[in-house]
Amino acid sequence: MSGIVSYGSYIPYYRIKPEEIARIWGDEPERMKKNLFILSKSVPSPDEDVASISVEAARNALKRKDINPEEIGAIYVGSESHPYAVKPTATIVAAAIGMPLEYFAADYEFACKAGTAGMQNVKAMVDSNYIKYGFAIGSDTSQGAPGDALEYTASAGGTAMLIGKDNVIAEINDTLSVSTDTPDFWRREGEPYPKHGERFTGEPGYFKHVIAASKAIMERNDMKNSDYDYAVFHQPNGKFPTRAAKILGFTEEQYKTGLLTPYIGNTYSGSMMTGLSAVLDESKPGDRILAVSFGSGAGSDAFDITVTDKMKDYKRDNAPTVKKLIEKVKFIDYGMYTKFRKIIITGDSVE
Amino acid sequence: MTELSRIWRETEYRYNLIGFKCNNCGRSYFPPRDICPYCHRESIGKMEKVKFSGNGEILSYTTVHDAPPAFKRQVPYTLALVKLDEGPVITAQIVDCDPDEVNTGKKVHMVFRKIREDGTNGVIEYGYKFRLN
Ligand SMILES: [Zn+2]
Repeated sequence: MSGIVSYGSYIPYYRIKPEEIARIWGDEPERMKKNLFILSKSVPSPDEDVASISVEAARNALKRKDINPEEIGAIYVGSESHPYAVKPTATIVAAAIGMPLEYFAADYEFACKAGTAGMQNVKAMVDSNYIKYGFAIGSDTSQGAPGDALEYTASAGGTAMLIGKDNVIAEINDTLSVSTDTPDFWRREGEPYPKHGERFTGEPGYFKHVIAASKAIMERNDMKNSDYDYAVFHQPNGKFPTRAAKILGFTEEQYKTGLLTPYIGNTYSGSMMTGLSAVLDESKPGDRILAVSFGSGAGSDAFDITVTDKMKDYKRDNAPTVKKLIEKVKFIDYGMYTKFRKIIITGDSVE
Repeated sequence: MTELSRIWRETEYRYNLIGFKCNNCGRSYFPPRDICPYCHRESIGKMEKVKFSGNGEILSYTTVHDAPPAFKRQVPYTLALVKLDEGPVITAQIVDCDPDEVNTGKKVHMVFRKIREDGTNGVIEYGYKFRLN
């Protein structure tokens, strides 16, 4: 069966704390921290973007498993902050990992679930023998408008999943999606910041789709919550996935490994995939994982995964684990944050 | 357009640290060159394209405070001479550290970063920088 052959993540080095954002906008820090369950979020350096983050994640995946790039037949990069409006990120990443001339490539967009949509596509191409291996990457450098609640969580990071039939360390037993037309969150073309339809973000957006997709995949595979060793969900803040896990009857033991938003913020397309990466970092053969993403607009992709015996010989330590990526960081203040994120404009025309 | 041509021409070696090795004397070069400056004619036909590991060591460095506009948001930053494990010495930026963390002899590895943007509507140039191990 097809599944994950290798994986790699990347999270920028800089962090900002909610206290620092609250200081500027006059919010009450303790209330924001508690309401969003957020302790810090990652901030990309001025020389980082979705292309550079995706390259680092893909290279980390290739450090753990020596796959000839000539055998990688597809690459899909899911993001809502692609560096170009027209010109694919996928080809930049492919060039940086030495892929050949002949491969399938595209950039995907579906709010925060574009990366997992890529995973489904690559799996389908592997299953139908179009390709031997393929990369699906979810990565973002999203921004919330200054002063908006989203500013506390919108962060940067990404994860690359190499999918194939040979050398599978985690089989994807099944995958499905649910989708509806919901105005919970959007960004119009040319606008720098997204908007959210307040009353649609929780129940009709996130919870409806995450829970429906989770229930549907468990039912189709004759699984119940207690059959899983890990559950990982899209995490726009620390609160939503915790609540979704509880509604579905999962225990803290099952969801805590994949819950990263309190430390790194919401990496959007990288969110659930990086949570899954943290789970794979700790997992052992036989472990069963439920992984469910969510993208506003809205939809969820669910995956039922089993870790294989091949995990024993897999060289996880050849690349930094998620734990390692969270360890060595540097906290910056709001002033530095605005410089890094180009919220303050310099006088130079060419920058 | 000449600038665009240069970026496109250099993409392969800037993205992946690809240089040339002279199979006459064993020396490696970056950026790539057609002829070995030691072996001259003897190296013709013996120059082989190689991908460097991206691991190296800082030989010397300087902190930049007065930078061109493309690097303004990163000031102050460190520019270093990095000796790759395979031999060649290259100039590159050291990222994700304070200038006082950098020192001669420190080990570094290559990372992939944005090098320059041609305004808000031009092309984005990517390539290698280095990070402390
Ligand atoms: Zn020579």
